[in-house]
Amino acid sequence: MSDQSSVGKPVSRLEGRLKVTGAAKYAAEYDAPNLLYGYVINSTITKGKITSIDTSAATAVEGVVAVFSHENRPELPWLDIKYADMDAPPGTVFKPLYDNEIKYNGQPIALLVANDFETARYASTLVRFEYEEEFFETCLDNNLEKGRDAKKGIATLLKPPPPAPTGNFEKAFENSAVKHTAEYLHSTEHHNPMELFATTTVYEGNGKLTIFDKTQGTINNQLYVANAFGLSYKNVRVIAPFVGGTFGSGLRPQHQLFLCVMAALELKRNVRVTLDRKQMFTFGHRPQTYQKLRFSTDENGSITAMNHLAIGETSQFEDYAESVVTWSHKLYPAANTLLEYKLAPLDLPSPLDMRAPGGCTAMHAIECMMDELSYKLKMDPLELRLRNYSEIDPSTGKSFTSKELKQCYLKAAERFGWKDRNPEPGSMTRGNKLVGYGMATGIWDAYQFPSRIEAIITKEGKLIINNAVTDIGTGTFTVMTQVAADALGLPLEDVTFNYGDSQKPFSMFQGGSAIAASTASAIIIAARALKKKLLKKAKAISNSPLKAAAEDDVMFKNGTIRLKKDPMSVVSFQEIVASNNGRPVRTVNMGMPHAFKLRKYTKATHSAAFVEVEVDKELKTIAVTRAVSAVAAGKILNPKTARSQITGSMVWGISKALHEETILDEKLGKYINTNLAEYHIPVHADVNELDVIFADEPDELINEAGVKGVGEIGLVAMPAAIANAIFHATGKRINKLPVHFDELL
Amino acid sequence: MNNFDYQQAASIADGIQLVSTNNKAAFVAGGTNLIDLWKYRLMEPELLVDLNQVKEHHSIEEKEDGSVRLGAFVSNADTAYHPIIEKRYPLLSKAILAGASAQIRNMASNGGNLLQRTRCYYFYDPNVPCNKRTPGSGCSAIDGYNRIHAILGASDNCIAVFPSDMCVALAALDAVVNTSGTDGERSIPFSEFHRLPGDMPEQDNNLRHGEIITSIDLPEKGFSGNYSYLKLRDRHSYAFALVSVATGLELSGDIITDARIALGGLAHKPWRINEAELFLKGKQANAESFAGAAEILLQGAKGFKYNSFKIELAKRAIIRNGLMALHPEQQLPGARPSA
Amino acid sequence: MPIVKLNINQQTYELDVLPWVSLLDAIRERLLLTGTKKGCDHGQCGACTVICDDKRILSCMTLAVMKNGAAITTIEGIAEGDELHPLQKAFIEHDAFQCGYCTPGQICSAIGLLTEGKAKTREEVKELMSGNLCRCGANANIIDAIMEVKEGGSREQF
Repeated sequence: MSDQSSVGKPVSRLEGRLKVTGAAKYAAEYDAPNLLYGYVINSTITKGKITSIDTSAATAVEGVVAVFSHENRPELPWLDIKYADMDAPPGTVFKPLYDNEIKYNGQPIALLVANDFETARYASTLVRFEYEEEFFETCLDNNLEKGRDAKKGIATLLKPPPPAPTGNFEKAFENSAVKHTAEYLHSTEHHNPMELFATTTVYEGNGKLTIFDKTQGTINNQLYVANAFGLSYKNVRVIAPFVGGTFGSGLRPQHQLFLCVMAALELKRNVRVTLDRKQMFTFGHRPQTYQKLRFSTDENGSITAMNHLAIGETSQFEDYAESVVTWSHKLYPAANTLLEYKLAPLDLPSPLDMRAPGGCTAMHAIECMMDELSYKLKMDPLELRLRNYSEIDPSTGKSFTSKELKQCYLKAAERFGWKDRNPEPGSMTRGNKLVGYGMATGIWDAYQFPSRIEAIITKEGKLIINNAVTDIGTGTFTVMTQVAADALGLPLEDVTFNYGDSQKPFSMFQGGSAIAASTASAIIIAARALKKKLLKKAKAISNSPLKAAAEDDVMFKNGTIRLKKDPMSVVSFQEIVASNNGRPVRTVNMGMPHAFKLRKYTKATHSAAFVEVEVDKELKTIAVTRAVSAVAAGKILNPKTARSQITGSMVWGISKALHEETILDEKLGKYINTNLAEYHIPVHADVNELDVIFADEPDELINEAGVKGVGEIGLVAMPAAIANAIFHATGKRINKLPVHFDELL
Repeated sequence: MNNFDYQQAASIADGIQLVSTNNKAAFVAGGTNLIDLWKYRLMEPELLVDLNQVKEHHSIEEKEDGSVRLGAFVSNADTAYHPIIEKRYPLLSKAILAGASAQIRNMASNGGNLLQRTRCYYFYDPNVPCNKRTPGSGCSAIDGYNRIHAILGASDNCIAVFPSDMCVALAALDAVVNTSGTDGERSIPFSEFHRLPGDMPEQDNNLRHGEIITSIDLPEKGFSGNYSYLKLRDRHSYAFALVSVATGLELSGDIITDARIALGGLAHKPWRINEAELFLKGKQANAESFAGAAEILLQGAKGFKYNSFKIELAKRAIIRNGLMALHPEQQLPGARPSA
Repeated sequence: MPIVKLNINQQTYELDVLPWVSLLDAIRERLLLTGTKKGCDHGQCGACTVICDDKRILSCMTLAVMKNGAAITTIEGIAEGDELHPLQKAFIEHDAFQCGYCTPGQICSAIGLLTEGKAKTREEVKELMSGNLCRCGANANIIDAIMEVKEGGSREQF
């Protein structure tokens, strides 16, 4: 079977042709008869109340159909729980148009619906609001003292609060030979996928809706819509076949979905609502987080004590928490730890998971701290990591299901040429440039969610796999087709993977780098059940050559079942379905994480990033000239798409370290660079050589597929590696991201 | 993004007639700034007069006196890549190519480039005070986040900067802006075209309502032997300048016989100081000389909370760009600092 | 309403559009050619790039009425029937996209770049493609794909 196996091969994206010809349709691109267009109106104040609304000028415009606000919205459920999606943090979920209260600048306060896009956009500017403004606080820096413990809720399952202290941090820190204290900060970031958030709702009548939506979770949004509007689940279908990037922003239903559905139900019409780019800054974001670290080592570099305090920003109505301070002790053994995480509520929208939430925030601080310690110890930074290398999870004492971080360090260092580094800051030059080498470690969870797979063999002998999961650009469609093909011994072209549809069997939202493991494992389980069923049916055929065959005696190849010992003894899938009275052979199975078996283990992916920067000697402009990332993430299902996940997140690392930031004006209480000209993400000219190594990391414990996920691990180590390289080039530590080159002047 | 009427001007005269008789009429050529501003509700024209059908001013021509005339309706890209410009005014070519993106340069007209409005965050938000957008409403930038703002020529009313790269080179080259309006034709020296804010920040330049830029004249001297455009910004391309420098030198051996330096990203007009250029005449083309010129150019510079770095950065940029002008063949794409 | 004649992908369309309809919205919402993408609507991302009278432009930054009589090629008109354009093939082969949303703009822009013929080195290609953002970070693969088509180039040319 190895001759045709697909997993592990660099298969090009199966939807590639649709994407390069413009045929791939996104949420705002589904046509519907007599479509209405909604345009969202946002609050221009930060906090207070709407005292009056004047829609007369707007409704006088020809083509305007309705203006929805809290004054005339339909009766809506008042229970918060009805609005809570699967990813809702503890607190009171935001309910669009619920009342006259303004909780943050840019809050959606009305929806104007018109016959065409331009009329909706224009008339939306004519609605007049009077406000009563209240005092607000939006600046984390001014409100650190408000930091308090995060409330607990369902979300706490994935993001546990920090573990209890171990040993005696203060005493150990005090008595250690080498110690360092530093503060770290990063700016607010917005996901800014290239596709604008959009929903097209097709009103099918009788309380039935077909919704084309930009989301990472079709079922999450189906449940949300049904709950919030009191519809029956089976009458709400959410479809998201192509999703133009999300990076976490699609984990929760966004307000354009709510508003679009509301308008469709009220007007009994087909409606589309698309946010504009400025409005893309009016919901979730990566929260600004203040971090203070105190680490100490003995004279040999063994870490003795670690204190990691993080204070993140959240909204006044939900406690969005991240795992920030849990990572250091999963990497480095230290007898004395004090890990603290606080939230400071501000008058801003709730933050939302953004690629490697918490992890890339934390590892920036932890790995810059390690770099600082290496200089105090006069020890190579890589050597310091190896000195503190732990084969087990020091925070729990558990074994890892697998951990090939050492291999990552060594392979990446070799490929990068780390041995050529002169540790003296500013010592390496190239023409007008200072050259800096920096490295850092990455770690990320290896999650797995429940996933339900329907697997069908058709009368043509082909395989159909059905699952509600999305493909947000990760390659899920391609990779899952590969997994399914191999599991049934079929060529890729005989497999159809139907996805991105809430009518298909259950999938969680696509996040946390969990979907490859979740869906692939479920496919493997479903395939096993399907094979068993096929064999049983094959044996039941009269004169079946497989009559006496046990499971171990047969192989599945090219749409047939054959005896291993006598490959001429064959029953084809088509014969099986024919003998089944032409009815397709079907199974539905659930893949679940092996919670009980794995309770003794820690599951994690690891990485090591090595970065070269050039910093202009006088002008201090910075370029990441090359970077090598080595990643240990279990089995790599498709090295082409997996590599793209890593290089893509390396670009995110460059962006976080050097470019992107949402600037908050604390006096105005609002973000001010809400566009792609001033919210800088890297352009082609900023991206140079990126190299990826996948460590060999077999993992038979973790799940059926041996997969850990690669969506986030490529980002985690990069920001610190870049900051450390800048220090090596210049001798300056800049602990606030993004680094502005002028800070090096 | 209000609704508006649209008319195509058949000629310059037609255009002047259409716009000058309507206070709320505006011209459109490339559209790359105007349509952006209209979508952000920063311009709400009642009538848009499209100049793209006008037959004249679509070419670049060498004139008998040695100067070169750039038609106002030639695109930025066609200007930058024009053989005459590449050969005689490579500084202009480099500056144009350091701005915007290939697509925008294909659309944007030369006339329109001069009329770009500032990228100040607060100017772009119709819901916050801004004297340039809403006279008398106040300036949010002076006490706000002013990293990208002016250190030269600002006033208490406005600290916005003018964003063009092309204009920095045009200023260095002593270009002349030719216009046509109800009062006939005018030729405006480049240094008198853009305005510092003073107490009228809403007025970006000295063009009158209904007046059209028809062409831009480049005097004969193009500094094609020793020139450099340097642009410093928060990413390597497709970002506005924090500091930019256009330098043109004439040398006799290693002695400077003539020099031009214009700065971008620092004021609401390309910044030139004649004394700095005079200072360089007769001096050796070295870092020390350029440092002296830099001191003169930055005299009176005043930083705000987030942009004081621009003073030192501009000085260093002037020095580096002077040295880069000695080796124009080594310039990098995107007007980056030399390798 | 003004009648605007647009030749798109060698097909003539007559459209009744009001003056304030952008070329992008005319293409996407009126003609339902949704391959051309709206990423920012302000000339800041390049997703709406089309080829207009042989030049790459941003369709969000111009009005449909201003392009009366223009010949426009969108992503839907790049392939010859079933035969993909070499850039389209190279994009698939090099995995030069993930979510695919910036892809039509990248490809149209790259076609413009190759037609212009101004970029010689990889660095110049990167500079002249920098008006097209990619949030998935497929940048290096995009440039690889363009370099391959440009001159059978590869990363080594860098």
